[in-house]
Amino acid sequence: MVEAKIDTTEPVTLIKIEGLYKLFGNNPKKFMPLVHAGKSKDEILAETGHTLGLKDINLTINKGEIFVIMGLSGSGKSTLIRHFNRLIDPTEGVIEVEGTDVMKLPQKELEQFRRHKMSMVFQRFGLLPHKSVVDNVAYGLAIQGVSKTERGAKAKEWLETVGLAGYEDQYPAQLSGGQQQRVGLARALCTDAEILLMDEAFSALDPLIRSEMQDQLIELQQKLHKTIIFITHDLDEALRIGDRIAILKDGEMVQQGEPEDILLHPADDYVEAFVRDVNRARALTVETVMKDPVNRITADTIGEALKQMKGFKGDYGYYVNEDGYQGVLTEQKLQAVYDTDKKAKLTSAHCEELEAISQDAVLETVIPDTLNAQYSLPVIDDQGEVTGQLSRSTLAEVLGNESKEVARTEPPAPAGG
Amino acid sequence: MADSGWLSEIPQLSRGELRDIRKFLDTGYREFSREYGEMIEGFFDPLLSFLVWFEKLLLATPWWLIIAIVAGLAYLSSRSWKLSLGVVISFFLIGYFGMWDDTMRTMSIILVCTLMAIVLGVPIGIAMARSDRVQMAVTPMLDIMQTMPAFVYLIPVVMLLGIGKIPGVIAVVIYAIPPVIRLTNLGIRLVDKDVLEAATAYGASSVQRLMGVQLPLAMPTIMAGINQTIMMALSMVVIASMIGVKGLGQPVLKSITNQYFTLGLLNGLAIVALAIIFDRVSQAYAKRSQRYLEGMDNG
Repeated sequence: MVEAKIDTTEPVTLIKIEGLYKLFGNNPKKFMPLVHAGKSKDEILAETGHTLGLKDINLTINKGEIFVIMGLSGSGKSTLIRHFNRLIDPTEGVIEVEGTDVMKLPQKELEQFRRHKMSMVFQRFGLLPHKSVVDNVAYGLAIQGVSKTERGAKAKEWLETVGLAGYEDQYPAQLSGGQQQRVGLARALCTDAEILLMDEAFSALDPLIRSEMQDQLIELQQKLHKTIIFITHDLDEALRIGDRIAILKDGEMVQQGEPEDILLHPADDYVEAFVRDVNRARALTVETVMKDPVNRITADTIGEALKQMKGFKGDYGYYVNEDGYQGVLTEQKLQAVYDTDKKAKLTSAHCEELEAISQDAVLETVIPDTLNAQYSLPVIDDQGEVTGQLSRSTLAEVLGNESKEVARTEPPAPAGG
Repeated sequence: MADSGWLSEIPQLSRGELRDIRKFLDTGYREFSREYGEMIEGFFDPLLSFLVWFEKLLLATPWWLIIAIVAGLAYLSSRSWKLSLGVVISFFLIGYFGMWDDTMRTMSIILVCTLMAIVLGVPIGIAMARSDRVQMAVTPMLDIMQTMPAFVYLIPVVMLLGIGKIPGVIAVVIYAIPPVIRLTNLGIRLVDKDVLEAATAYGASSVQRLMGVQLPLAMPTIMAGINQTIMMALSMVVIASMIGVKGLGQPVLKSITNQYFTLGLLNGLAIVALAIIFDRVSQAYAKRSQRYLEGMDNG
């Protein structure tokens, strides 16, 4: 298992799950020893008639991140998300939200917790068919006992935010699937809950609407900074919106990490088989595949520059001064200048122009530039500092990796239904 | 009991034993009714005074006002001129053929019985929907209530409370209540689990779930049950008249014993007219209160 490395400054843990087990059946407690003894899901089902839903799940979710839980159907992801607000009670384990042990909450407090701390978006929308759109959005507030005018006004605002102004008095059945899910999203946002649970929220939508909704979610998240737990069976979706991803298989956590970790270092064949079909060019950013910036020249004079260039492979280097990246220097040209004036200062005038690429760019967008360029392309950060370089061969290696792995790995065992 | 030949003859209690059992139960029940009859009657007294008051009210109201009120209610619940016009014509004809007072009496008792069936039946149905155990206990009772001939449970009721309105109401309610109970139970159990889960996820308490989600979504089914209950109550009118409930049933009973074909037919038709009016009005109301279902097809 790859430990998640978190590079944001001091992440605050919001949700912690420890040693979570769920055994479905009439008498789960009785058969927990079998689970601890390491029997497989199928063995337990055959011996006891109990279904092992989740096995030893441990995870921490940080404030303000989008945490994606992904897996195929039957992997236990929908079961897992229902543990966060205790729509399903675990057989064993600890669920802590902001240090509160959710398992210990009595019914009344649990209701308060659900009203104020978390809201949820469902795969099949779960809208109240007998209430108008605006009443649906206001539902969470109505449950809290907020007055009708106040919650109506708030619901209208959120409907506008999700782009459904003017649909207030329609009934859910009169809307399309995408519109219904926007209502579902508005309903979830309307309670101002800090944590958003999204259970395959976009899976029932057609691809175009789905990617529209993903964009909208990302856009909203940049403004709202919620903590979002997102369930999906679609790795592309997971990579697109997730800050961190956990992969479930048959109720067990297979891998947990940032999208690039999963993509570049799949923990086992199962994950690898997932990753295989992903369009890497679209999923990876330059930063994740670039090499260290060896061809970096920081010299003051041409003589020094030539000396530096001798030290590394290739007959060119990126000229960097206090103002950051300036352009590319070639050995040929420098040598010509050096031959005429041995003491010449190095200035940006000696550079050839070579467009640098941003480290945050998606690989797909830099493919043409990289292929057309004579040299490896310099990669710069927001400040214009050279942080790496990307060559044609690196690109080919990363993108070509797929076919190699296809040949090498076995297809994964199909996940149990 | 015969000690041989039990293969050819089913083992049977002797007459004496059978008589003893009957005697024991009958005396027991008779003593029970002697002991507690008055107390139970006292318990039903408020209901009786309400029944009498309601009947008097309907009888004392001028005929045109009754017709106006019923036609108005029909219009309000259905927004259909045709139905309202039908109400006016049928009530006028009922009065014209001399059945006005009996119809008012029948209407009063049917309305009260339906109301009682709803007030008792819906909560029982809810309890059944919430607990499989309650459902297991109540279902056989409903089966008995629906199949046991009404005359059989009339006997103990009459023994206990004598003849009159109250035993009539009890008999009618016992007969008519099963549909509203069954369909309330069914309706709530059929509510979409996803919607209910969503309500739970937003922190709805069980009362909020019941009032805000389960009952409204079960309403079409519950209304179908209420409709059935009204129809069954009306069909009990003749039997109830045998234990002294006044109304359209009594002339029918008289016609049976005296072979008055026309009298029977007219009163029978009046019952049918009442039934059709109640049915159409309640169905139209149910449909109108479920307007949200209209868009379902193009979703």
